[in-house]
Amino acid sequence: MSVLTIDGVWKEFHGHSVLRGIDLEVNPHEVVSLIGASGSGKSTLLRCVNLLETVDDGAIFLDGEEITDPRVNVDHVRRRLGIVFQAFNLFPHMTVLDNITLAPRQVHGVGRAAAEEQAHGLLARFGLADKARAYPDQLSGGQQQRVAIIRALATQPRLMLLDEVTSALDPELVVEVLGIIRELKESGMTMILTTHEMGFCRDISDTVCFLDGGVLVEKGPAEQIFTAPEHPRTREFLRSVLESGRF
Amino acid sequence: MSEQSNLDRQDGGVRAKSERQLRREGIRRSHARRSTSIATASTVVFIVLIVWLLTSSPGWPRVKETFFNGEQFVAALPDVLSGFLLNIKIFLIAEPLILIVGLLVALARGIKTPAFFPIRALATLYTDIFRGVPTILVIYLIGFGLPALRLQGIPSDLATLGIIALTLSYGAYVAEVFRSGIESIHPSQVAAARSLGLSHGKTMRFVVLPQATRRVVPPLLNDFVSLQKDTALVATIGPLETLRQAQIHAASTFNYTPYLASALLFILLTIPMARLTDHLAARTRRRRGA
Repeated sequence: MSVLTIDGVWKEFHGHSVLRGIDLEVNPHEVVSLIGASGSGKSTLLRCVNLLETVDDGAIFLDGEEITDPRVNVDHVRRRLGIVFQAFNLFPHMTVLDNITLAPRQVHGVGRAAAEEQAHGLLARFGLADKARAYPDQLSGGQQQRVAIIRALATQPRLMLLDEVTSALDPELVVEVLGIIRELKESGMTMILTTHEMGFCRDISDTVCFLDGGVLVEKGPAEQIFTAPEHPRTREFLRSVLESGRF
Repeated sequence: MSEQSNLDRQDGGVRAKSERQLRREGIRRSHARRSTSIATASTVVFIVLIVWLLTSSPGWPRVKETFFNGEQFVAALPDVLSGFLLNIKIFLIAEPLILIVGLLVALARGIKTPAFFPIRALATLYTDIFRGVPTILVIYLIGFGLPALRLQGIPSDLATLGIIALTLSYGAYVAEVFRSGIESIHPSQVAAARSLGLSHGKTMRFVVLPQATRRVVPPLLNDFVSLQKDTALVATIGPLETLRQAQIHAASTFNYTPYLASALLFILLTIPMARLTDHLAARTRRRRGA
């Protein structure tokens, strides 16, 4: 059974349709990338899955349960999802360790000792062992984003949503964040990500979806989308990306 | 040799300053000296001018006798000072109460659960009313109105009634300060907390409030400087605090020096608080700039 099913989702902002009937299925251990120009609806789709936005039509199912039902407890749904934002959104008044252990302790009822042990393990695994006591503003952008990913991982989510996680980083810091995502894929994490890093996207994705104007124009295996896109709009988008040197 | 000096430069360590840099620093020092002497001179001129203006005015001998009478000052000081201790006591009790009321009201105004709508409405009504009514009127209404109800358990001590009135009045202001602090936290912080599965209450407690309270410390201290002064308003309902003591002395001698003594005490108390506020505000600015 699929982890996530998106069925005809519409989203409007002030009478303007941002998502126009999106259908998408994500299977266990699958990595799905959403590509497309700014404003094509990629981030909005992720925010809808996380229930940070309410859909205006259609439905979203997580492990077969409809999470867009108004009677669903949003906190219970979000416990099973991890989201990482473009701007990191770490809590500036907490140490790295407290950022990571907040949800396990306060939401999942893990004891302090166990939560910190798990956090130290994750920090060591991703090369941040010495940063546990640091505050976010003492870290580089790449380190902050890695902490944000660890914070989302610490609740052992069923599905990770990564929203433009490298867009706010200097080029030389992008690599370390991409490294983590690669490692997550190898560990079998199911992920949906939006990105502008086309080389990385081609490399890591099982499925690539091209969105344009709120419509899922084309979907397919990464190799096919990047080497033989069927839709003219997809070709046009990939050509413009190529010309801008981001491939 | 040149290789050696390059190395030094890379270390950022022992480098002899160039002629140009030494000249530059000399000019900066002389500028600084000149600024200091200009500031000193202009301050002296300013003070002399003010003193001359005051003392040369036609009514000065009279004013000097009425407000700056050394004997009266010494005679009134013990009573004025002991009254001032009551002001400090009122302030010290009112302040934590105000913080509690302010925080609770600010939180109540943010509650969205329908069952708690009456609480939210009440909190809004409270801030609307007590921000609108002058503090001195609140003190009158509480000071004379509450005991008149003759209810069991209503305090009759005048200072206590004053504390209640000040708490009600300042609680409304402080609630607004807390609320603006809560609203100043960027929505992305709330989104991050909620996306981790934290409830609204836990998001407030662990993410929003800790950041908001840090931001509102300078404006809160500012309100407390003003609260220190307003403890004197409680004099209007009669407890023997400093202004009341000064009034008593002034009424029996027709000399206003006791008021001056009382004013001095307030200044001595508020100046450290005002400097602390400035210091904290400057620190917040520096941190944001960094």
